Amino acid sequence: MGLPWVSVTAPSVFAELEPLLPKVAKPVQYVGGELNAQSKDWDSAAVRWALMYPDAYEVGLPNQGVMILYEVLNERADALAERCYAVWPDLEALMREHGVPAFTVDGHRPLGAFDLIGVSFSTELGYTNLLTALDLAGIPLHATDRDVDAPVVVAGGHAAFNPEPIADFIDVAAIGDGEEVVGEITDVVKEWKAQGRPGGRHELLRRLAATDGCYVPSLYAVSYADDGAIADVSPVEDGVPGTVTKRTTTDLDSWPYPKAPLVPLAETVHERASVEIFRGCTRGCRFCQAGMITRPVRERSLQGIGEMVDSAVRASGFDEVGLLSLSSADHSEIAEVTKGLADRYEGTNTSLSLPSTRVDAFNIDLANEISRNGRRSGLTFAPEGGSERIRRVINKMVSEEDLIRTVSEAFAQGWRQVKLYFMCGLPTEEDEDVLEIAGMAHRVIKAGRAASGRNDIRCTISIGGFVPKPHTPFQWAAQAHPDVVDDRLRKLRAAVNSDRKIGRNIGMRYHDGQPSLIEGLLARGDRRVGRVIERVWREGGRFDGWSEHFSYERWITAAAAELEPLGVSLDWFTTRERGRDEVLPWDHLDSGLEREWLWDDWQDALDGREQDDCRWTPCFDCGVCPSTGTDIEVGPSGTTLLPLTVVNPLRAAASDRGEDTGTGG
Amino acid sequence: MARVRPGEAANPAPPTVMRVRLRFAKRGRLRFLSHRDVARSFERAVRRAGVPVAHSHGFSPHPRLSWIGAAPTGAASEAEFVEIGLTSPVDPAALATALDAALPEGLDVLAAAVAEGAALSDRIDASIWSFELPGVGQAELRAALDALLAQESVVVERITPSGRKQIDVRAALVRVDTPDGTAAKRSPSGESPAIPTGGDEVCAIMTAVVRQSTPAVRPDDVLGALDVVAGLKPPVPAKATRMAQGLLDHGGALTDPLGSDRVTTRA
Repeated sequence: MGLPWVSVTAPSVFAELEPLLPKVAKPVQYVGGELNAQSKDWDSAAVRWALMYPDAYEVGLPNQGVMILYEVLNERADALAERCYAVWPDLEALMREHGVPAFTVDGHRPLGAFDLIGVSFSTELGYTNLLTALDLAGIPLHATDRDVDAPVVVAGGHAAFNPEPIADFIDVAAIGDGEEVVGEITDVVKEWKAQGRPGGRHELLRRLAATDGCYVPSLYAVSYADDGAIADVSPVEDGVPGTVTKRTTTDLDSWPYPKAPLVPLAETVHERASVEIFRGCTRGCRFCQAGMITRPVRERSLQGIGEMVDSAVRASGFDEVGLLSLSSADHSEIAEVTKGLADRYEGTNTSLSLPSTRVDAFNIDLANEISRNGRRSGLTFAPEGGSERIRRVINKMVSEEDLIRTVSEAFAQGWRQVKLYFMCGLPTEEDEDVLEIAGMAHRVIKAGRAASGRNDIRCTISIGGFVPKPHTPFQWAAQAHPDVVDDRLRKLRAAVNSDRKIGRNIGMRYHDGQPSLIEGLLARGDRRVGRVIERVWREGGRFDGWSEHFSYERWITAAAAELEPLGVSLDWFTTRERGRDEVLPWDHLDSGLEREWLWDDWQDALDGREQDDCRWTPCFDCGVCPSTGTDIEVGPSGTTLLPLTVVNPLRAAASDRGEDTGTGG
Repeated sequence: MARVRPGEAANPAPPTVMRVRLRFAKRGRLRFLSHRDVARSFERAVRRAGVPVAHSHGFSPHPRLSWIGAAPTGAASEAEFVEIGLTSPVDPAALATALDAALPEGLDVLAAAVAEGAALSDRIDASIWSFELPGVGQAELRAALDALLAQESVVVERITPSGRKQIDVRAALVRVDTPDGTAAKRSPSGESPAIPTGGDEVCAIMTAVVRQSTPAVRPDDVLGALDVVAGLKPPVPAKATRMAQGLLDHGGALTDPLGSDRVTTRA
C-alpha cells in the first residue's frame, strides 16, 4: 500500500533476541512456532492486532479467550493477529540492556508496529505486567501521551468490567464477549486508516466509543465528592454514550472456536484441548463475578460439542479434552455428551475432564464415563463455605449430605483422593463457619474409609481469600482484613489436626491473605488507583499473581503515598462496606444486571435467604435478558454427537500420501 | 466399571508387537526445546499421526516412547534418537512420513528403522558436535584448542539440580577439527546465520568428537574448558549442533545406530 503510515515496516526482532535466549530460564516460551500458530504476511493485512495475555507464557498460552480471538481475527483476509505474553524479569533486564523491544512470539514483531494491542485480563494482578509491555514497546504509559502512530490499547476479559484502575493506561475497554466486537473494532480502524486517518487519534477513539461494548475512559470525566466517593461520571463529548452495555454472543454453535487449538512446545498449566460447552451460569453464587457477568446461560448443542471435540483432538494430539464452563455438570445434556465421547474415543487413551463440577449435579456414572478411556484424576468439588449458614449467605446451596454420599460412592469405586475448595473472609463469616471445614473434611475421610475399607484415602482442602468483585451482590461488602483471614486459617489448621489419625490424611493448602487485599483494591478501585499501580510498577512491581514476585510492602507503601493525599486509602477501597446510594466506579458499565436486583440479593445474603436457578425455576428478574436482548439457550438440542468415528491418519497417509483425511463419520 | 483391586491391571492395554527407531533433528528456534518439551511434542504428534503406539498399563497410561541422550536445551541436533513401541506392525518409512508431518517445523524426522538386535543404548557411545563461535577468530580458537588438547585433564564445574558437578572435558574429548582458512557463514545444518554478525565479522568453527560419559559432557562444558585453559570467552553465545551419534570406530568415525544390527564394538 502506498500510504506512508501503512508501510510501517515491522521487521522481526528475533535476530536481536536470539543471542539473549541462552541466558534466560525456559527460552522456549519466547520462540513461538507452536502447532497451529499463525504468522500472516504483514503487508496483506489492513489492520494488525497484537493479542497479549499479561502473565507468563505457561499461564497465558492455554487461555481460551486469546485463542478464540486469535483465530477469529486471523480468519479475516484483511486482518492479522499475533500473540505475546509477559516476559520474566531475567529477559526484561536483557531486553533493556540490549535495546530489544517488546515482541510477539509469532512473527517476533515489535509491539509498537501494530494498530491495536488487545490485552486479556482474567485477573487484576496482571496490571503491572501491562505497564512492562508498554514500556518495553516504547509506547507511552499514559493514553493521553500517545500520538496517532501509537497502537490503540484495548483491555478485555472479566477484569475489564471495571477498567477504572487502568483507565490512564488503556485507550478502550471492550466489555463482555469478544468474538463479535473485535471484528467491529477492526472495521472501525480499517475505515479510519483507509480514509487517511481523519481527525487523528482522537477521532478514532470517538468512533470506537460509538461502537457497542466499547468504553473509552478518556472520553468520560469523573468528579469526586468531599467524602472521597465518586460524585459523577459523564461523557465529555456528544456522541459518547452515558452507559456502555456489555456484548453478548448468542448461538455458540455459530462460533466454534478455537477450531485448531494452539499446542504449546513448553509446559503450560493446562495440557489439554478445551471445548467450552456452555457460557454463563445462573446458579447465582453471590461471590462469583464470572457467573454474574456472563449471563444468560447459552449452551452449545450436542452436535456442536461433538464437532469441536473432534476438531480439537485431531488438530492438537492432546490426550485430554476439558469440557469447560462455569459448572460443566449443569449442561442439560451432559450425560449424553460424556457417554457419547467416551464411546467415540474407546481404546484411544483420550480422557475427558470436567474442570468445574457441582457436587449436586455430579454422579458416579459421569465420573466413570470421563475416566473410561484414560487417566483417572482425583475428584474436585467446591463447597466454598464450611457451614450450612455461610453457604446460604453465598447462595452455594450444596449440602454436606450430597458431598458425603458422592465421595463415598467414588471411594467405593476405587477413587482414592478428593479435593475440596473453600473461601475464607466471606461476608458475615465468623470463626465457626471456617472451623466447620475441618469437620467436613473429617467426615469425608471417615466416610471414605468406611466405603473403601482402606486407610490410604486422602482429602485436600484448598482455601482462598474472598475478594469482593464488581457487578456482584457482594460489590458493596467489606473485604476481610488479611489478619482476620490468616487468624481463621491458623485456627482451622489446628482443628484439622486435632485428631491426628484423621488429620494426617488431610492436606491443607492456602495462600496468605495479603495478595487478596491488593486484588481487592484493584478490583473495586477507581481511577485514583492508577497512580498506585504506576508507582508500584516503577518501584519494580511485576508478576503480582506470583507469590515469589509479589511484594505486599511495596503495595501498601505506594497506596499510602498516592491515596492518602487524596483523602482515601487502601482500607477505604477494600475493608469499607459501601452504602446503597454510593456511586460505584463501574456503575456506568452495564453488565445487564439491574442494580436494584443486585442490592436486593445483597440484602437476601445478609438475611441468609437463598435464590434458585432460573433455568429450573421462574425468572427472578436479574435484568440481563431484557437489557441485553438475549434469552436462556438450553437443551435438549435435538441433535446427536457427530461425527462418530475416529479416523487414523497414519493408515490414510499410507494410501493417500499424507493428505488430510477430512471429516470422519 | 468393575472395582479394581490392588495389583490388577486397571487398564489392560494391547501388547507391544514391534519397535521402530527414529533419528530426528531439532533445528532453528526449536533448539530451545528442553528434552521434556521434545517428548511432549512427540507424544502429541504420535496421536495426531494415528501411530498405533503402545501404552503403559495402570490408571495413568503413558505412550511407550524411549529416549536416549537428549541434546541439552539450546543445542541444535541432526542426530537425536527415539524408539517407539507399537501395538501393530507399521512400515517404518510411512511412520516417519506421517510423524514428520504431524510434528512442528523444526522437529524433523530424518530416518526410521525397525528395532532389531542390540539396544539403542548399546549402539551409541559418542557424539560429534559442531560449534560456531561468532566474534572469535579461527586462530584464537585453534590456540585455545591446542592448549586444551595439551592437557591430560581439564575439569569444569556445572551446577545441576543435584548440586555442583566436576566434569573432566578433556578426558571425554576424542578429537577436534578446525577447518583452515576463514570462518563459515552458514551453519552446518544450512540455517541462516545464528547471530547478526553483519556479514564481515569473524566466526570461528570447529567439530568435536565427544565420548559419552556420566555426567555427559555438554557443548557448554567444552566451551567452558576453552575458557579454563585459554580464557576464551565468546562475546555472544556460541551455537552448537550435534551432527551424529553412534559407536566410535577405530578411525574416530561413528557408526549409524540405525544401521544393520551387526553392531561393531570398539577394541
